[in-house]
This record gives sequence, structure tokens and C-alpha cells, in this order.
Amino acid sequence: MTQLALVIDLNVCVGCHACVTSCKEWNTSGPAGYMSDDNPYEKDPTGTFFNRVQTYEVGEYPKTETVHFPKSCLHCEDPPCVPVCPTGASYKREEDGIVLVDYDKCIGCKYCSWACPYGAREIDEHQKVMKKCTLCVDRIYDEELPEAERKPACVLACPTSARLFGDVHDPESTVSETIREAAGFQLMPEWGTKPANHYLPRRKTKIRIHEDELIRADNPLKKEGERPKIDDDSHTLDDVTSW
Amino acid sequence: MNPAFSVIFLTTLIGVGQGFFLALYTGESYAIINVLPSQSQDFYVWGSVISVAFLIAGLISSIFHLGHPERAWRAASMWRTSWLSREVIVLPTVIGAVMVYGFVHYIGWDLTTFGIKTGVTGDLTLILGLGGVLVTFLLFLCTGMIYGCIKFLQEWATPLTVINYTLLGGASGFTFAALFSAYMAPSLVNFYAGWAIIITLSALITRVASLMRNAKIRHKSSLKTAIGVRDNRIKQTAMGFMGGSFNTREYFHGMSLLFMKSTKWIFLVLVFAVPVILLSLAINEANTGLLIAAFVSQYIGLIAERWFFFAQANHPQNLYYQRVG
Repeated sequence: MTQLALVIDLNVCVGCHACVTSCKEWNTSGPAGYMSDDNPYEKDPTGTFFNRVQTYEVGEYPKTETVHFPKSCLHCEDPPCVPVCPTGASYKREEDGIVLVDYDKCIGCKYCSWACPYGAREIDEHQKVMKKCTLCVDRIYDEELPEAERKPACVLACPTSARLFGDVHDPESTVSETIREAAGFQLMPEWGTKPANHYLPRRKTKIRIHEDELIRADNPLKKEGERPKIDDDSHTLDDVTSW
Repeated sequence: MNPAFSVIFLTTLIGVGQGFFLALYTGESYAIINVLPSQSQDFYVWGSVISVAFLIAGLISSIFHLGHPERAWRAASMWRTSWLSREVIVLPTVIGAVMVYGFVHYIGWDLTTFGIKTGVTGDLTLILGLGGVLVTFLLFLCTGMIYGCIKFLQEWATPLTVINYTLLGGASGFTFAALFSAYMAPSLVNFYAGWAIIITLSALITRVASLMRNAKIRHKSSLKTAIGVRDNRIKQTAMGFMGGSFNTREYFHGMSLLFMKSTKWIFLVLVFAVPVILLSLAINEANTGLLIAAFVSQYIGLIAERWFFFAQANHPQNLYYQRVG
């Protein structure tokens, strides 16, 4: 069974919010309708977003580290938001594991948002339905797009390639390999939701150089003493060739 | 959580309606075995009408919680998995059951009407009422489990949630029954007021138990698990936006700690202390003034209690929304 998901590399994310804006741009222009905003350029702006980038500081000054942390729906393999929905508007697709909301069935009771420990769902204050990340389901299967562009908008927008997209159930896929090899982890594992989206931890990239690696131990010149001097009086190869 | 008044009124109003119906049925079954004086059909008919009025008022209140009330009929479809869906089915069932119960009292049918002779007067309403009692308790279960089933809202995820909903609904229903009987059947005031005191005191025990449990609750989620960084010294420096969002409005009540603490003491006094004192005073006197005061105090207290119940639940998503920037 396929389970599409994002893998987000916290070591690479620079917190530029390009994924946030591209997500909003794509999804507000999509067939599912706009994502409403109120007072976007005035006091107290508010609006519906599928994706946010947050910033955390880890450690104690001066030894602190800044972690930029993009958060969207994690498309849990055991999503707590789905069984609580009274209308069946909230569902998880069998074929690719994407958790979606049927906006025509949603009654806007907000119960699913209470049942999501990650705060991934937001009500649209004007359409009065619950909205959430769709993994750009209207884009990833669009055969009119070149194959390279059949990815979620956030993935394509990321300037540092901190976001990978693929099938985490396929052990051969890039995302699975990355999760395996770069210690991918899930958020709030304590609730057994089994999020499909994974994060890659911050890690230090250091080169360890030993003193003896800077000195060439087997230097032939050192071994054989002085290099023979050039005889200034004799001919060189340059004198006999004329090219 | 940020308490929604639509849900506060829904749960408190249907609680009164359910409790009052239980009180009516208890009175009737006691009367059948001649422990209590039997009442006129009017008593049960008007009682059922008022009970249905409370239940429908709650149902109407719940509509204000929905973004698309015109699609609310869809909410009956997922009863296999959703407690909310189950409540959506059971609440109209309770309303229907109480209506049938009241209607059969109104037309005065018995099982003899159908040729079955049991020798008991009111045997048909007794059987129908038993069905009503079962669905009434089922409704308490559904309402409580809507909150009790969300395991990461740890303040709610306890059997005490269902028990409290049941006992508080029962207490307010019996208090109302005492008031109702002061007008319709003064001989029952002592019976209902006595039970109202007993149920109110039982509810006090379980509600205080849940307050004590929640006071020392250890939350399983922390910033460590929320962002997956193994360090105890994590603080948010930006939540990702300067204005508000659904996430900052829906999950936090926005009130001061003082307000929270005051609300707790206010509801403890209004729901438990005041009604128990007033009901004790009203026993043997059938003083309607005292009974009205007891019910009004308990109902206002229940609004505070329900507000506190919602506000106290600490949603783990709040970990992600601690600093604007």
C-alpha cells in the first residue's frame, strides 16, 4: 500500500517561509476554492493556512541552536481526526494514504481539529468547513504537468531542498532511504498516531583532521633527499623542439 | 480549549432534560409499588413536555456550533466510529422516547388496551419509560465519551468525564423535578429534593475527584516530542505568523489564572453548596421560592462548571503556539 508523505530536513531548512507562501498560492487558486483571509494588510490579520514555519531556540545562550520547523498535516497512518468525524467528511484515502476533507460533507463542527494533537487543521472562517494540507492532491496526479512538477507546491518551492516527497511504504524510495539513513523521526510518537511525514534531525557536519594527515608521511622527496638540480649549461627539451 | 457557549448550553440543557425524565420515571415506578402516592396523568404529560423542551433547547443550541447546520443530517452516518455521530442519533431518540412516554400518558393507554392483562396500572408507560431510561443513559455515555475518547486531552480522557456528565445531569434534573412537583404534586417534593441532594453530593465527590486528578496531571507531550529535539531547553521564538489564527483562538480560553481559579470555586459553590442547602431547607416546606433559587443556582453553576471543564483541557497543539515572534 502506498503512503505518500513529506520528509522535512530540519538540518537544511532555513526558515524562509517559501513553502508557506507557495502552498497558500497554489491551494487558494485551486479547484477546492479559496482559503479565506481577513484583514490581510490591516491590524490583526488572520487567515487559513495549510502549512506554517515556526522557529525554536534550543540550548542556552551562547550555545544555542535555531531550529526552523515547518508544520503541516502529517497524514498519520492512524489518524485520530478521521474516526471522530460524524459525517465521514474526513477520510484517509486507501490508494495513497492522503488524509482529506470532503468540503461538501463537512458540517464545520470542529471536532476533528480537537482530535488532532498537532493542530494541523484549521477552520475556514468564511466557508465554514475544516481545511488541511492535501499534499497537493490536485497537482501530484495532474498528467498535464511535466513529471518533475507533479509534486506538492511546498516541495517545489523549497530553495534548499529541505522537503522530500514520496512513498514512505516503498523501501526503495528516496524518502524511505533518507528516513533510514538520516535518522528520520515522527512527531509526538506517544499518541500512536504514526505520522507518515517524517523529520530529519539537526546534525553537525564536521571534518576530523588528524595532525599526521597534514604531513605527507611517504613524501618521496623527503625519503630520497635533495632533488637533483637542473644543469643550466646543458640543453633542455625546449631547445630541441620547436612547437 | 476555548469553551463554546453553544456546547455549554447543549450539554447542560440536555442534562437537565435527561435528569428530569429520569426523575419522572423514578417517581412513576415508585408509585407503582405504592412507595409514593400515584400522580395524575397531567403530572407526567407536563413533565414530559418540559423535559422535551429542555432537550430541544439543547439541540437548538448545538446548531449554533455548526458551520453548516443544513448538512447536520449527515452527522448520523458515522456512528460506527464517532461518539459525536452516536450522540446525533441518540439525542433525537431520547426526545422521541420522552414524547412517546408523555403521549401514552396523555391518551392513557395501558397494556389492557392491547388485550394484555398485567393487573398493574400504567404498565405500558412503565415499559416504554424503561426504554427511555436506557437511551437517556446511553445519551449521557455518548455526550461524555465525545470528550472522554480523545486520549491526548488528558484532562478529559477518564471515565470520570462520563460519570460527571451523568451525575451532574441527574442532579440538575432531580432539582428541577423538586421544583416541578412543588407546583404539580407537592407530595413528591420531599422525594425529589431528597434524591436531588443525594445525587448532587455524589456528583460533588466525582467532580472533586476529577479536579484532584487534573490538578496533578502529567502531560505526556512536551516541546521535546512536539518538534522531536532531544533537549530540555527548547523555547519557541516564532510561531510563524504575527496575527491570530484558528490555532490561537480555538484551543485556549484566553482568561487569566485568577479567572480560572475563581470559576472553579464559583461552580463548586453554585452547583453543590447552595442547592444542597436550599433543597434541605425546602424539604417539608415545599417552598417554591427556595426551589427556584436552588435550580437557578445549580443551572448557572453548571454553565460555569462546563466552561471550566472545557477551559481546563490543555490541548497539545498549544505547544506549537506559544510566542508570536
